Amino acid sequence: MERDDLIVNDNYALNAHHDEAHGKIIRKKIYFVTFLLSIITIFEVGMGIMFKRNETFTWTSIKWMFVALTLVKAGYIVMSFMHLGDERKNLRNAILAPYIIFIIYLTYIALTEGFANMAIDELLH
Amino acid sequence: MADESNNNNSNDVLWGGGQSPFGVTYGKMMMWFFLVSDALTFSGLLVAYGFSRASSTDPWPIAEQVFRALPGLDGEYPLIYVALMTFILIISSVTMVLAVEAGHRNDRKSVLKWMALTIVGGAFFVGSQAWEWSHFIHGGGGGFQLAHDISVEGPEGETFNLKAGDMVFMDHHFGHLMEEHLEGNLQVVLSDDHGHVTLTDYSDHGHSVALHGLKLNKYVAGETLIEGAEMLKLWEARSVNYSFGANLEESEYAEQQSFGNFFFFITGFHGFHVFSGVIINLIIFIQVYKGVMEKRKHYEMVEKVGLYWHFVDLVWVFVFTFFYLI
Repeated sequence: MERDDLIVNDNYALNAHHDEAHGKIIRKKIYFVTFLLSIITIFEVGMGIMFKRNETFTWTSIKWMFVALTLVKAGYIVMSFMHLGDERKNLRNAILAPYIIFIIYLTYIALTEGFANMAIDELLH
Repeated sequence: MADESNNNNSNDVLWGGGQSPFGVTYGKMMMWFFLVSDALTFSGLLVAYGFSRASSTDPWPIAEQVFRALPGLDGEYPLIYVALMTFILIISSVTMVLAVEAGHRNDRKSVLKWMALTIVGGAFFVGSQAWEWSHFIHGGGGGFQLAHDISVEGPEGETFNLKAGDMVFMDHHFGHLMEEHLEGNLQVVLSDDHGHVTLTDYSDHGHSVALHGLKLNKYVAGETLIEGAEMLKLWEARSVNYSFGANLEESEYAEQQSFGNFFFFITGFHGFHVFSGVIINLIIFIQVYKGVMEKRKHYEMVEKVGLYWHFVDLVWVFVFTFFYLI
């Protein structure tokens, strides 16, 4: 059977290979991302050990910083390691857009309902 | 007729088959679609964790105080072990992306080298998770509920008014022998001699452990070690309700079971992904070794399994933040 998904003579083609020189550039980028991910992880662990978990503004800010740093890490993994950043724009959007929209909605609704439950409980006591 | 209805459109806006508009092969696209659906599953689990935690009226354990042991070492190392696991997984993700890069150069030897390292890293991670599970199940020494209300003085002179049913925690040396004693091991004997509470194990590897301190609020905010006479007051007030480690019905970490259940399900489901990732990597490694990719003239299969492997790393980055850090 003739396959219609095979691409030839294109950047995306299966037979598109890069040479040693280009490989060096790619590897340099990989090592840079590795360095970045490690530094972020070490920083997060350090902050986690240094600061006590409580209801203060400091810890709440650190929590939000953890979320932001996690999204940075996730961005580098998806865009660089999974090279979604090098794929065509339509594929990138088809993968990211539905996921992100749905997750923002789900997070919003779950946390709103979760804390709403707690507020009612506090009212009753 | 379908043909006639399409006549108004010129050929350059219609996709007439042939080349994929996404610029990827069918296999890679389906791997991406699978990963999106899998990502939704994990997001659902983590959001459910957040929901349970936000709506829980019982105190929620602080992960930093639950996971602070290292294999073979005494003392407390909060988050160090899980940071190590995270690091192993990130590095194995790096070796995987290096394998993919080598594949693009048709460098079979490098692909084999980097894939082998990836498999080793993955195996280490699964092993570490097994240890973490084992430690979580066995617990950090367990604790007992108080039989009646009691007031004790803390090390800084503060007063703790404890109620019947509140948990008091033992250290792991004493706790693990206590568990054996309670399970009816006749070689482990408990003696209480003028305030010196000691457990002695008379088996082949016999040893003796004294009760040096009891902890309040071990897994939540305000952890306090009580020693000396105040500790003995707590010890005397113990009930027959003990809790050691965690299982699917109860855990020493919290009154509610959600924390333990989410730990088992989220890290278990992720660990299953890592395990299958190692197996799939191994299969592709054998294929590369046998020269299948040379015959195909491309290493796209390495790229596809690489996508899966990076996804496993990606999920762990989120689990690490939302389960362990926050």
